[in-house]
This record gives sequence, structure tokens and C-alpha cells, in this order.
Amino acid sequence: MTIRTARPDRVQHFRPRMHCLKKLEAMVVEMQDQKSGVKGSEQKLNVTTIPHVLTGKDIIAWIANKMKTTPEEAQTFSTMLVAYGYIYPLQNHKKLVMCNDSSLYRFQTPYFWPTQKWFAEDSDYAIYLAKRNIRKKGMLEPYEQAHYNHLHEWLNHKWDFIVMQATEQYKAGKERKKPDRVVFDCQERAYWIVNKPPRRTHSAIDCGPERLIDPNTDEKITFDQYRRQNMFYQQAIMRSKVKSSVSLGALVKYVTTYKNHDPFLAPCLPSNPWQTDHDAYWTLNMRRVDLPTKMRVERWSFSLFELLSDLRGRDDFKIFLKKEFSGENLAFWEAAEELKWGTAASMTAKAETIFKTFLAPGAPRWINIDGRTMGLTVKGLDHPHRYVLEAAQTHVFLLMKKDTFFRYLKSPVYKDIQKKALNPEAHNFSPAQLEQNANSRSPGIHPIILWQQEEEEKAKAAAASAPVDVKAMMSKIDRKK
Amino acid sequence: MCDQTFVAATFGPCDSCGTASPLMNIYIKNEPINYCSFCMEVMACQGLQKGETLATLKKECESLKKKLEEDRGKLNDVELHQVAEKVEVVGALSIKTRRVLKGHTNKVLCMDWCKDKRRLVSSSQDGKVIVWDGFTLNKEHGMSMPTTWVMACAYAPSGCAVACGGLDNKCSVIPLSLDSNENCAAKKKTVAMHTNYISGCTFTNSDMQLLSCSGDGTSALWDVESGQLLQSFHGHTSDILSLDLAPSETGNTFVTGGCDKKANVWDMRSGQNIQSFECHESDINCVKYYPSGDAFASASDDATCRFFDLRADREVAVFQKDSIVFGASTVDFSLSGRLLFAGYNDYTINVWDVLKGTRISMMFGHENRVSRVRLSPDGTALCSASWDNTLRVIDIFCCFQA
Repeated sequence: MTIRTARPDRVQHFRPRMHCLKKLEAMVVEMQDQKSGVKGSEQKLNVTTIPHVLTGKDIIAWIANKMKTTPEEAQTFSTMLVAYGYIYPLQNHKKLVMCNDSSLYRFQTPYFWPTQKWFAEDSDYAIYLAKRNIRKKGMLEPYEQAHYNHLHEWLNHKWDFIVMQATEQYKAGKERKKPDRVVFDCQERAYWIVNKPPRRTHSAIDCGPERLIDPNTDEKITFDQYRRQNMFYQQAIMRSKVKSSVSLGALVKYVTTYKNHDPFLAPCLPSNPWQTDHDAYWTLNMRRVDLPTKMRVERWSFSLFELLSDLRGRDDFKIFLKKEFSGENLAFWEAAEELKWGTAASMTAKAETIFKTFLAPGAPRWINIDGRTMGLTVKGLDHPHRYVLEAAQTHVFLLMKKDTFFRYLKSPVYKDIQKKALNPEAHNFSPAQLEQNANSRSPGIHPIILWQQEEEEKAKAAAASAPVDVKAMMSKIDRKK
Repeated sequence: MCDQTFVAATFGPCDSCGTASPLMNIYIKNEPINYCSFCMEVMACQGLQKGETLATLKKECESLKKKLEEDRGKLNDVELHQVAEKVEVVGALSIKTRRVLKGHTNKVLCMDWCKDKRRLVSSSQDGKVIVWDGFTLNKEHGMSMPTTWVMACAYAPSGCAVACGGLDNKCSVIPLSLDSNENCAAKKKTVAMHTNYISGCTFTNSDMQLLSCSGDGTSALWDVESGQLLQSFHGHTSDILSLDLAPSETGNTFVTGGCDKKANVWDMRSGQNIQSFECHESDINCVKYYPSGDAFASASDDATCRFFDLRADREVAVFQKDSIVFGASTVDFSLSGRLLFAGYNDYTINVWDVLKGTRISMMFGHENRVSRVRLSPDGTALCSASWDNTLRVIDIFCCFQA
């Protein structure tokens, strides 16, 4: 099945937006200002004297001063100017970076600046390569030769025109004075290095696959699109919103609550495996440990979501519920999750099992939900759909979240696990031990093996417990399919 | 947590046609009604009624948009950095690259971590998808895709499969095996089929469903086993470049960002676009939820990253600096949500303090654009993938000022 979009594919494709070009151009113009720009000088290249040559360190110093940044940041920015083709290196012309030393650079002529509007033309490239061929009598670099052969095949119908243009340009070039010719050749070469970069050259013009819309034009909106937008806005206006002080306060509270659990902000015990090459942290926090760590147990208390997402926490919660004889809510929630996220083929069978186990009058694990929700759900089960249990599941979840969860946190089960939880000592490896760790990194257990173990455990639990463990039965149905 | 979306009635009999189906909650003349997506489309496409013209619809649209902005403004009683005034400042950062993963022969476009916190999958312009054990630097699987530019890849929650897609307009799921020598690509299964390139994909809470977004402007939810389209999401007017699934207990919403400068939040059950934010000045390259699920951040070509609060329904912070001129292509949060890592097209990664809105640090090291930054599932490391053909696993440690 293919999803079809209502938008027409106009077959034309457009290059991604380059939003930074305006700012870059403004900066480059400023840099070339006679009075306040970067100071250049004449330099001898081979036999010719080239005007307006700058050194890398002058450029970087000027930018650091202008933008009030560190030299490193200024170097990054100037590397980008080279990568976009606003400045080109005179030595080492294939590496589009700015070096913070006396390497030589020149400003590119505006004719060759990058533009949003069009790609560098293939036929222009063909003319350039043909011209190089004439001049250097077939001394193109391997990547250029490959391009040349490709273009020769692709633009064969235009080849006479291309050769003619190349010859004309070559002749015109010969008529120029030598310094001008050398400068122009450097500029043209730089332009093509940026637009058709050789392997291992990182050019900023190389920006990924084409987009479907033209960033330069506005799309015409039709009446049905307006209708949809109006419906969206109406719905958005009626949607209840919360005051910023409340919602932002909650965000700040979240950060504060989790601060000690963030490995970037507080040390994780016994140690961060990436720092010490020792994976004790991962082993202690595996899915099926007898005793979890203190931090893990603390995290369960933050929200019902944390408790249920950590399957070890969910196990502990189940122990508590078993003692209270109220495990059916969680079992129903798990079963509804399996239905929602399961395969399409297994839905009807799962829905039937859920109905028989949880919702039918006199069912073995009957859940206590309000009459209206029960009515809607049962009616929906006539034509089972993966979201048919949404209302009931939400009701049950909110019940657990607002009542059962808090009772769990106050219960002896939770207090017991808090007491027994491990508090590992921080590792203190000597440099020799660290090196040893690095040489003997543990491969751990493969997730596929863990997954297989999980499935076996689930099957065992299903066989052992009564009443029927719905979740296991449903994953069994999934596996059969 | 977005309580509102959680409790909205999204399944039941449609008010128009009566069939039991996923419902969209809309308003007709200020009355709340629940329509199935088909009836909604019929209503949108019906011919112009008496007195209705394109101009009147456009005027109505503009006045509604203005009203929404006014409502949002009324609740804007405080700024984020004001609320965070009393929070202590994050101090010096110690940043170290712990692993450099070399093996791709061209730009690395995407990566994703496995739930076991050490394995990761990466995809590249050279058409290869590689599964690595980041901890031991072992390459476990290397698979070749039929086209180049594999722009999206994702690891399944169970760790038993990976999904990938790109210029082939398809998203395929590949089951992994314990045997490194086995050719996993042979068992590849095509799940999602779009009419343009796949820009992002992710599994939902299980291995059986896949969410994909595409350059054709649509995103879709698919059943992996049968390849069936479960729900499609229309609303973007241009290429969608990124998507992220909400980490909340419901897992029912996701956010997408696209070239139309909009970030849209969708209800996965009904296909309805429930919230939309149009604040960026250029294409949105990446969207990522805040760990609590109540907010998200976006990275754009306009060189800013913005932070949107879903409950207040507005943009609450802009992470920008005059000296940052190049587009941001990727964002991710640290585990507590205090730090925001953004990868830029000028080859750097900036670390922002989410609460104070300031930049804490810059990371250099890549030799080309940073295409993806992702935090490992337990927050112990950050992986950055770049167009310089490498991936780096970076470890960061901040101290707090006394």
C-alpha cells in the first residue's frame, strides 16, 4: 500500500534553502572594505605577482574582532566562508578550510558567489573541463576525467557547441595579461572545486537531495485547504491552554527532580561505562536483577510512567497489587497496550480474550469502570479496532495514577525494596587499571538473547499463574501469527 | 503530560456517519463534534456554499489565526529564564570523545541507539546501514541498501531489528541475527511506501508498528507484519524533514517539522493535527521532545533552535547568537532536560542551557556538517554522526558553580 499525497509532484526539484547566504554576503562585503576590511598585500605565486592576497591569521583575527568571538569560533566561521566559495585558498586548493597561520587566500569575485536560485550548470562544467583539456593537453585529474567522460556521454548532442565555447574562451583567455589570466584561472578553478568537489573535499554547496517545493515562491492555497486550516484554528482556539507560569514551573521542576539522575550532571555510580570502560553500571541496572540500585528505586517514585516503563519497577508494583488483590487494573492496562501496539492480524483474537477476561459480566478479572465507558467499550468490541479500548484504558490508568500509585509509595513493599536497594561504591581506577579495562571491554549480553529469555520467562509465568495471564496469552497469539 | 490529549475521545461512533472509528475532535460553529477522518475530508472538499468565496475563507482564516495568537499571548505571564532565575548555573564542562566509529565511506546521515545503551545503527549516503557495538567498536552487521542516501534509520525497541529508508521512497525493516556473517539484508521487508524520499522513521512502543515521515509532505503509521497503512497524517505543505515520538505515558502523539517552517503535533490515533507552531524563519531540520513530553525543541536553517511549550501552546525560548549563522540540523536533550545539544552545518555542536537560554560550550572535531546528535537511552553518552563519514561517542560532565 502506498500513501498518496494530495500535493502535486511538479517533477521539478529544488535545492534546499541556504538561509545564511545573505549574512555571509554582507560579511564578505565588509571584509573587503578599503578602510575597515582585512588588509591584503601582493604575493608572488610561481612567477606572477597576485594582488589582494590575505593570510589566514589576518582573516581570523578580523572576524574574531568583528563578531567578538574566540579565535576558534572565528576559524570555524572563516572555514565556512571558504567552504561556500566566498574565499578561496591559493595553496592546497582542494582543502576548503581556513588555517590560522600564514596560508594565503583571496576573495572570490561576486560572479562566482553561490546563489539560491540555480545549480552550477552541467554544460558550463563541460565547457570548463574541455577548456582545461585544450590547455593542459589532456591533463585532467582522475575525478575530473570521470566527470568529463560522463558529461561527454550525457551532453553528446551539444558537444560541438561545448567544444566551440571552450575554444572561444581559451582564445579570449590568451589575450588577457598574464596576471589577470592567472587570477581568473584561480577563481574559476576555486568555483568548480566548491561546486563539483573532489572526493575528500568538504564543500558547503554539497547540501543533500533536492526538495519538492521551490523555496523562492509562495504556493497557491485552495478553498479546501483554507477550510482545513479554519477547522484547525478553531480547534486550537477551543483547546484549553495553561498559564506560562504553571507550565514553565513544571519544566523547571522536572529538571530539578532529575538532576541527580542525569549522568552529565551528577556522577553515576559506580562509574560511567564510557569513562572507565567498565560496564558495572549496565550490569547492575539490567532488566532482571534481584536487587535494584537506590537511584533506580528513587526514580520509580517520580511518576507512574517511570514505574511502569522500568519493567523491574513494574514487577515490584505487581507484587504490591497482588498483596492488595487488585492486580486486574494493571493486567487490563497491559493487555490493552498489547492490543494497541500489536500486529493487525492478531487484533480480533486479542479483543475477544480481553472481553472474556475483563469486561464480560462475571468475568474472572472484571475491572470496575463507570457504566458509560463500559457501554461504549463493549459496543466498540463488536467491530474490534486497535483503539477500541482507549477510553477504558485511560480510565484505568488515571485510577492507578491518582490512587494506587501513591498507596504503593507508602506501602511496606516499596519501603522494603528501598531499604534493600544497592548503593554501589564509586569506582576509583588507577591509570593502569583504566588501560586494562580499555583492553578488555566486556561484550555484554546480546539484546536478541535477552529478548528470547524474556519471552521464555513470560511463557513460564503464564503457565504458572492462575487466573489466566492475559498478557502472555496475547503475546503467544502474536507469536503464532 | 498533556492531560487533554490523553483524555480526548478518539474512538467511537462518528457524529456524521455513525461508524465506529478513530475520531477527530473539531468544532462547527463553536459546537464540539467528533468526526471520522473521511467525513472530515468530505466536509472540507464540499463545493463553495452560498456567500462563501476564496476571499471570505481566507479572511476567516486570518482572523482565526489572529485570535489564536491573542489567546496565546494572554497566558504569557512569565518568561522561562525568569522562572529559572533561582536555579543554579551550570559550570565548566569536561567534554571527551570516547569513541570514533569509522567505517562508512560517505556521509553518515542518521543514527539511532539500541535500548541496551551500547549498540547503535547508522546509515549513510553510500547506501550502507551498519550496526555497531559502540562500547567495543565491533561492527556487528553491515547491510547494503539498493539506493544511496539512506536518510533514516531506527533501532527496534526489542533490539531484534532495524528500520531504514531514503531515496528509494520506502522504509524497510530488517530483522537482525546473532550471526555476524549472515546476510541480514536478504530478509529485508518493505513496510512503508511513500511517493518521495523518506526523511525519518521510528518504531513506536513495539516492534510491530513503524512511523515514517517523507519528503512528499505526509507521515504515516504502518503495521510492520502486513505492511498495512494504519493511519496517515496530512497537513504539511512541503517536505517533512523530521519526526519524534512523545515519551509520555500515552505515547499517542508525535511531532513533525518540515520545510514549510511549521512544527505540527499529531494525535496518532485519529490522524488529527492538534497543535501547530510557525515561528521559524526557514526549514525545520529536526524536532525532539523534552524528556517530560510537555515540550519540544526544533532546529532550523535560520541558525536558531527554538523551545516550544505544549501546555501553554507557544514558543518559550529561542537559542540563538549573532555569531551563529549556519543552520542547525539536529537537536537532543540530556536526560534531565537541562542541556540541549545542537549540531550545526558549520561542523560544530553547541551545548545550550535550556533554562537560562545561554550557550554553555562548543564542541569542535568534525570535519563536515553534523547530521545527527542522539543521547544514549540511559543518558550516559552522546553520539554525533557527521558528513565527514564518522560517528563520535562523546562523554560530557558538568559541575555546578558553588
